[in-house]
This record gives sequence, C-alpha cells and structure tokens, in this order.
Amino acid sequence: MSSNEKNLIEILEEGRKVDVVKYIDYVSAPQAGAIATFSGTTRDMFEGKTVLELRYEAYVPMATRCLGSICTTARSTWDIHKIAIAHRLGPVPVGETSVFIAVSSVHRADGLDACKFLIDELKASVPIWKKEVYTNGEIWKENSEFMEKRLELAEKRELGEETCG
Amino acid sequence: MDATKQEVTKIESDDTSSSVEIKVLLFARARELTGVPDLILKVPSGSTTQKCMDELVVKFPSLEEVRSCVVLALNEEYTTDSAIVKHRDELAIIPPISGG
Repeated sequence: MSSNEKNLIEILEEGRKVDVVKYIDYVSAPQAGAIATFSGTTRDMFEGKTVLELRYEAYVPMATRCLGSICTTARSTWDIHKIAIAHRLGPVPVGETSVFIAVSSVHRADGLDACKFLIDELKASVPIWKKEVYTNGEIWKENSEFMEKRLELAEKRELGEETCG
Repeated sequence: MDATKQEVTKIESDDTSSSVEIKVLLFARARELTGVPDLILKVPSGSTTQKCMDELVVKFPSLEEVRSCVVLALNEEYTTDSAIVKHRDELAIIPPISGG
C-alpha cells in the first residue's frame, strides 16, 4: 500500500453515529471536482414484517483490513483522490445511516464508479453482521453478494491473489 | 522459574511435537449457537482449518446448523479448508455476512 493513499476507514464503536459531514470534509480537496457518496440507511420493513431494532457486529481488525484492501483495489482501477468509509456497530434505530462512503476524484465518473464498487465489495466480503429483530422473532441477515462470492474468497487465497489484508 | 513460566514453556515445546493451541473467534449466529465469543482450541500439529472446524462441531454440535455456509479466516485473512494452523494462530468462524 503506497504512502500517498488517503483513506479514512472507521468501524464506529457502539453508540457512535455516522458524522456524514466529517467524511465529506475529509475527502474534499481543491483538485477534486467531484465527491460521490453512498449512504446506507436502515429500513423499517422486511418482507412485510416490521423491524423493531437492527444490531450490527463486526470482526473489527479484519473488517478494517478488508476495507483497506478494497480501497487499494479501487485505486488501481479508478483515478481517485480520497476515500472515507464508516460503518456503525451495535443497535441502529430505523432510518439512521448504518454505512457511509465518500470518494473524491478529479472527474465524476471515477468517483461514482468507485463508490458503487466499494459498497458492493463491502457487502460481499467485509466481516460485518446485521441482526433484524421483528415483533415475532429475529434473524441474522445474509447478503446475496456474499453468498455469490463465498467460494471465490477461499479460491483466491489458493491462487495466491490478494484478498483481505 | 515460577509455575506460570513453566506452563508457557511447556506449551511452546508442544509446538514442535504433538499439538498446537489456536484462538478461535465466533461471530453472529455461530457465537449464539455456542454461547461463547472465543475459545482456545488444542489440535494436533499439522492440523488443517477443516480439522479445527471438525473439532469445534464435536465440542459444539449445534454448529452443524451453520457449518455448510460459514467461511473461515486465519489471522484476519480468508483461508481455505486445507490451510495448516500454527501455534497461536487466530481462526475466525465467519457466518454469512450482512454489512451495509
């Protein structure tokens, strides 16, 4: 990982909210003509069931490494200035931001494409879990992106390609 | 040499002979099924991560429920079933993730 990479990666402690302004400020720069952001917010319904509470947990050191690795991959594909990624842990009330990504770039196409790549990869390979509690039970959610990539994560390792870390 | 030091020496000497001790981390559904977030597992030297998983299912039969859908991470990197664990390695049981 080169020293000129500018990434801010934060897996937030339980109870800390995502400070969207902080991450946009971090990536903003005079030479960056575009800032692309993605904000993931918690929904109140799943398959017709009312969600009472959402709760996140993470394998924090590995999640942080994985996100760093994903940023490196994004930088090898697009011309990016700065990246900020934040994810909440613990209970997150419905309607609040659980994940936030900001990417600054000279031109908008790089930032927009990289931003989509980053959230897709986060959902596919970063060890973070969400439990949804309903009025009549609870369930650990499973990202379809992970289920599709599950076998590939191990295969890549066998081929000696970079995965996380 | 006090008792604590002797114990540490004994564990380290096991490293090259018969067995190794690894730290196992359990997350989400896997943690709920076992009731523990982490544990120390002693396995024969040269054991694969799959062998460690077998041992865990013997210890916690309830893990059978998630066995077919978990992936494993060794020292914070995704790994294969055939990777050999070393003394003091950290093996994480990763049930289907749901970040975002």
